[in-house]
Amino acid sequence: MYRVRVQILPKEGVFDPQGYTVRGALEKLGFDGVKEVRLGKLIEILMEAEDESHVRSLVSAMCDRLLANPIVETYQLLDVEEVP
Amino acid sequence: MRCAVVVFPGSNCDRDAYHVLKNVFCLDSHYVFHEESFSPDEFDLIVLPGGFSFGDYLRAGAIARFSPVMESVRRAAELGKFVLGICNGFQILTESGLLPGALLRNRNLKFICRDVYVRVTNNRTAFTCSLQLGEVLRLPIAHGEGRYFVPWDQLKVEQIVFQYCDEHGNVTDEANPNGSILNVAGIINERGNVLGMMPHPERCCEEILGNTDGRKIFESLIAYFSWRKEHVAD
Repeated sequence: MYRVRVQILPKEGVFDPQGYTVRGALEKLGFDGVKEVRLGKLIEILMEAEDESHVRSLVSAMCDRLLANPIVETYQLLDVEEVP
Repeated sequence: MRCAVVVFPGSNCDRDAYHVLKNVFCLDSHYVFHEESFSPDEFDLIVLPGGFSFGDYLRAGAIARFSPVMESVRRAAELGKFVLGICNGFQILTESGLLPGALLRNRNLKFICRDVYVRVTNNRTAFTCSLQLGEVLRLPIAHGEGRYFVPWDQLKVEQIVFQYCDEHGNVTDEANPNGSILNVAGIINERGNVLGMMPHPERCCEEILGNTDGRKIFESLIAYFSWRKEHVAD
């Protein structure tokens, strides 16, 4: 069994109102150095597969077909971990 | 003119659309469930109604796109049948690639439910042929994810059919409720048979509702069909 974490973020250049609002809130709290915040999704998948490379190719296919919208989002497999 | 209204789990404007087609315009209308399929020449007009298909989980329209019925919608669209996606229907059309671009969370992060004004930017479509170029319609919107975005090279200007404007027809940033690129409220595919729009014309087709501006979109389609019946051999 494998546990995979996929990170999905709005693409550069696509306005992210959630990130913009959070950045404003951080600024009000006195965190002056924050230039940009972008909010995305973290998707955790628990799945059976032959091996890690198979997991990676399957999850990439999931992202391409459904999990991410390639017009406005990018995705990245953060980690693939074998679990009992 | 045979019409279909597709019902997804979470559609909540399907009955409004069906009522308008069937009872206001007396068209031969049918519901089609998301798990059903139909032959490409079974319907002349297919409406993907507003709502929250599959809860809008992940992204609005992302899961509905894979419903079995969408393969039938795609084949009908390829055959030149008319497809009208309203609100969630528009989101499903972009997710399925039948229309370019994507619909994102509103600029102000709020769900907006109110009347807006839209300007007819293209009246050379079957959906707008009874309207004047530049005509202003008052239509209701009700959405949280209506901010249209498209990379510049993926949309031709003439594909923009409706733009948010003020009551005088001025397309301004103040009149843009959700932050859509170029104030886009509705677009059509290059072939001209698939229209997606965020405002709800089906919610303003009767005097009793206080607004009948939505009628003009359905009247355009009906006028186009009767014109085509007289002038074009199938």
